[in-house]
Amino acid sequence: MSASRTRQLSLPPFEWVLAEHAAAVLRFLTRAAGVEAEDCFQETMLAALRAYPDLQHGTNLRGWLMTIARNKVVDNGRASARRPLPVEELEVPAAPTDGTGPDTDLWELVARLPAKQRRAVGMRFVEDRSYEDIAGAMSTSQDAARRNVHEGVKKLRRSMR
Amino acid sequence: MTVADGVLERSLEQFRRRAEREGLVEVAYTTMDTPIGTLLLAATPAGLVRIAFAEEVEEALIRLSGTLSPRLLELPGRLHEVRRQLDRYFSRRLHEFDLTLDRELLGPFVRRVLERTAAIPYGSCASYSELARQVGSPRAARAVGNAVGANPIPVVIPCHRVLRTGGALGGYGGGLDRKRFLLSLEGALR
Repeated sequence: MSASRTRQLSLPPFEWVLAEHAAAVLRFLTRAAGVEAEDCFQETMLAALRAYPDLQHGTNLRGWLMTIARNKVVDNGRASARRPLPVEELEVPAAPTDGTGPDTDLWELVARLPAKQRRAVGMRFVEDRSYEDIAGAMSTSQDAARRNVHEGVKKLRRSMR
Repeated sequence: MTVADGVLERSLEQFRRRAEREGLVEVAYTTMDTPIGTLLLAATPAGLVRIAFAEEVEEALIRLSGTLSPRLLELPGRLHEVRRQLDRYFSRRLHEFDLTLDRELLGPFVRRVLERTAAIPYGSCASYSELARQVGSPRAARAVGNAVGANPIPVVIPCHRVLRTGGALGGYGGGLDRKRFLLSLEGALR
């Protein structure tokens, strides 16, 4: 999100990310998506693996995975026409205590954004999806998708000051 | 709410299968037990890229993640043929490996030296200076030694067959006990 953070990080093997965080992600999804937890888990981890090499910030992988997982729960609710879970009510697992870098705060701030902005920001920057894609997933116009991302980023900037 | 036993394993298993099917795994690895200890085997879609000894496994995975791709998953299926040939090698039923190697990471000089190394027949040895002559740099025995030492695929590229001129064992990335074991296995040492 911030242009200054372009240094290429060397990321741990994805296998180690699984070893450390997969159980927590699945626990969260079991609470949040019930019988669809396993499907959401697959979608979450595949999206994460796809985006992983381009990740600019490796300090809070748990928060990053949870952001993807939350979005998948919402997508899944929409697709199966279940009443979407009010995401604000989902219990957000605490960030791991080892991730004390600035990104820990970043993901906490992302988690606190209003639902629409959080989803849009997550899809744009966590999963690297296009505005067209985001508009489709959220059933809005592309302009609205851009606005949601823009407003979300603005709010993040303000709260990081 | 807790996750029932086995659900995590099943979910991970399914994830690995889908990741592989969708072409998202750029480095696959597994480990195997052998008479010279646990070996790490790692492959890219282009071929076998790394074999590491037990004490090097963690470091090797970090380096593969950094230099090739962090899309690195444990996928034993992709290493099945490598494991099969190594099993046969360690039980003396296979003398020549027939495996596709990924040499992308090697510089041109190391690549040339390792090509000559791979041509040393089972059960025999060559010296660093012989190899130096063969790659056309007869005075570069030391550089050849370094290149042999940088072999990322030991055992399969048989750098254990390279000795000092005069027959002293020289060095080995995996330690001299392993070098001695491999040479004895092949009947080159008594």
